[in-house]
Amino acid sequence: MVQFLQQVISGVSIGCVYALIALGFVLIYKATETVNFAIGELMMIGAFLGFTFIVIWSLPLWLAAIIAISATALLAAMLERVFLRPMVGEPAFAILVVTIGLGFCLRAAALMVPEWSSETVRIFTPLSGSVVRLGPIVISADHAAVIVATALIVTGFFVFFKRTRMGLAMQAVSQSQLAATYMGVRTRSVSTLAWLLAGAITAVAGLLLAPIAFIHVNMGVLGLKAIPAAIIGGFSSLPGAIVGGILLGVCESLAGFYLPAGFSEVAAYILVLVVLTIRPEGLFGETIHKRV
Amino acid sequence: MLLEARELSVSFGGIKAVDSISFAVEPGEIFTIIGPNGAGKTTIFNLVSRIYNPTGGEIVFDGRPITRVPPQAIARMGIARTFQNIELFDHASVIDNLLVGCHIRSRTNLLADMLFLPVVQRQEETFRRKVEEIIEFLELEHHREATIGSLAYGIRKVVEIGRALALEPKLLLLDEPSSGLNPEETDDMVHWIRDIRDDLGVTIIMVEHDMSLVRRVSDRVLAMESGRIIALGAPDAVVSDPQVVRAYLGD
Amino acid sequence: MRYVLRTSYRQDTRLFKEGLPQYGWYLVWLALALVAPLFLGVHLVSQLTFILIFAIAGIGYQILLGYTGLLSLGQAAFLAIGAYACVFLEKQGLHFALALPAAALLTGVVGAVLGLPALRLKGLYLAMATMAIGFIVEEVAARWTFVTGGNSGASVPRIEAFGYVLSRDVPFYFLCLALCIASLWFAANILRSPTGRAMAAVRDSDIAAQSIGVEVAQVKTKAFALSAFFTGIAGALMAHKLSFISPEQFTLHLSIELLLMILIGGIGSLRGVVFGAAFLVAMPELIAEIERMLPGGSQPALRPMAFGLLLVLVMLFEPRGINGLVEKITGYFRLMPLYRKGMFARQRGFAKSERW
Repeated sequence: MVQFLQQVISGVSIGCVYALIALGFVLIYKATETVNFAIGELMMIGAFLGFTFIVIWSLPLWLAAIIAISATALLAAMLERVFLRPMVGEPAFAILVVTIGLGFCLRAAALMVPEWSSETVRIFTPLSGSVVRLGPIVISADHAAVIVATALIVTGFFVFFKRTRMGLAMQAVSQSQLAATYMGVRTRSVSTLAWLLAGAITAVAGLLLAPIAFIHVNMGVLGLKAIPAAIIGGFSSLPGAIVGGILLGVCESLAGFYLPAGFSEVAAYILVLVVLTIRPEGLFGETIHKRV
Repeated sequence: MLLEARELSVSFGGIKAVDSISFAVEPGEIFTIIGPNGAGKTTIFNLVSRIYNPTGGEIVFDGRPITRVPPQAIARMGIARTFQNIELFDHASVIDNLLVGCHIRSRTNLLADMLFLPVVQRQEETFRRKVEEIIEFLELEHHREATIGSLAYGIRKVVEIGRALALEPKLLLLDEPSSGLNPEETDDMVHWIRDIRDDLGVTIIMVEHDMSLVRRVSDRVLAMESGRIIALGAPDAVVSDPQVVRAYLGD
Repeated sequence: MRYVLRTSYRQDTRLFKEGLPQYGWYLVWLALALVAPLFLGVHLVSQLTFILIFAIAGIGYQILLGYTGLLSLGQAAFLAIGAYACVFLEKQGLHFALALPAAALLTGVVGAVLGLPALRLKGLYLAMATMAIGFIVEEVAARWTFVTGGNSGASVPRIEAFGYVLSRDVPFYFLCLALCIASLWFAANILRSPTGRAMAAVRDSDIAAQSIGVEVAQVKTKAFALSAFFTGIAGALMAHKLSFISPEQFTLHLSIELLLMILIGGIGSLRGVVFGAAFLVAMPELIAEIERMLPGGSQPALRPMAFGLLLVLVMLFEPRGINGLVEKITGYFRLMPLYRKGMFARQRGFAKSERW
């Protein structure tokens, strides 16, 4: 039982990272109908920027985090401005391909930095090495920090969406872009804002992941798991993305412990196939019928 | 009776979009459904073409109940339709759009198609001849090879009717044939609707907003408001019925 | 746009509607392909063989993506199934001439089965489901050591015929050429027959396809089966060309390479598949050339960068790929005195926002 709970909690902490990336993914999708396959690479860039500022430049942790997060956010916003704005009105498929291409470019850019491409690295925080005890269960402080940080960020997001003008505007755009335009919402700045926020949130995910897992140039594949997470949660639902991400993390962790080798690597994908077969609209999604 | 709806109902999320409607359409008739927006006219079409499942009632076509027939089988039974906002195959040519309308009469399988056996070749020629008849009937000669994406809206509407005719249907459902057309094109549409009935013997049910077109072509008109029938009868009588006028203009 | 003078309905069912000039060009290409091994060295013939193999895989992809409008990010899985099935059957004693069609059919059946959950899915959901299948097949290939040899890979037996061993160079090139031409012919036939039109109907509007009596689910299943069938052939040929297969050859990266091939070559066109395959084989060669000229030597960033930029640029500027460019250029020369600027300008569909 203790073993089981231990696995669940470590799954939740990884799942939180997935959840954050999925949140960024859904954010962009809801605001712009863009399916962003470059989200994993954005996370990778965020993690490496953090690594550069913390380990190479030896900046204080909080300052490094702020710079890394804002830089990634700006990068994401710039990508939207330069590459995705001209694609408005093109089929969704074409836009998806552009984001795949951007993912490759980001990875190539990371490969060009000698300090990044040479090896897998890990960021050590003051928390590294210490543990938190909950009765018989032992959690490493880094894992616990991930869960706490995710909870804080998610709360912040919900306040933003429910209370602020910009948050409400984004909600309106996600319901109907056309109607929102007529109501005076500047949909273009909303798209850029969505990318900005998504960039920031994935950078946070990358920074949280860095102390508990190795970071390397190809870690974007890990970020790709945010898409199954988002689909499991219902794809256009923000709470769904979080639940989906955590569920995915837990399943992976349990599969790694109880099932033969190999299952934990594909647990996310088996889960998404099962969900798609049984309930294609996801756990929290609703079916949308095309009107004719 | 070619088509009969008996106490047909459907509700979406508790709202009755169509509420216990009964009507019958005779063979060779042009039967028009009118009513303000949201009255449930297109919903009736979607029920007849089986895109929606009714929550109550029955639809009988040509003596057979079709209430449980899957939507893709409806075409084979002899019902063709057009759509309010035009659903053509945009990346294909006019010829191909009409050819695909012949699909239900295709008797070849995947393997024969892959090898393009003489059977397939002969079938293609028959289909092609049929398509050419429709092109001539609807005067689409100039646009034969144009991609749908490059055509004007009015011509697309005609092509969509052509595709429905390629099915050789007994019943044709036209969803707002005149919407988006200019007065001249609407005049043409009047002629085509009449020709389809008179020359091809196809029964027509149509949903329409343009009252002049309704008066000119319909044999009978059914007026609806919020899912219920408010009038049914000869066009002039229904259009001037006080309840229908009130439904359109409000109280 | 070129108008064809028609004299019979039969003419419209022909492969090359324009008659002799069109036949002529294809015959020239065929002749060139036949004599190429006489003039080219072993390396170039081998590269040509890869072009043919990728073209066959591309035909499979084009049927799914270009004709039926189903985006799959798991084509590598079909290549893997074809490759492993063929090699496994041969190791059980079946001759290549039987193992190849058996493997292709098996892949086709697997494709149809895997297509089942996809029937209800659209757009991104389908892309995700196929990507998931790709990851799972890759993992199975790594773990099912009895059949696949696991992560250490499997060597591919040589093809023998009438006591001779078929060389992996020139004879194998001709085998691939024959299979590629046959595949092109099959695919072109499908396109001009009811099956192909039903596919296009499903691609453009499934609701309208349903209304004219097209069995949408059946058409999608057929598209998956056919796509897997052709990709399976390509997989088996690839295994023999490479003479060694292992799971890391069949990753998501390969699926995306195939996607790039279709997009660069020209989506929806069979000619485009061949252009795309040629491009996919030529690009690494070109990058290697560039690396040789650079002072720093090997540059691992060059390949993903070229890849990514090309994907972005093609979608931004020439969504119809090389084939679109070729059509523009030939169109320009045909219409030379009458050509107007903007004649081939793209139309955008602002009105239709499809929510996936």
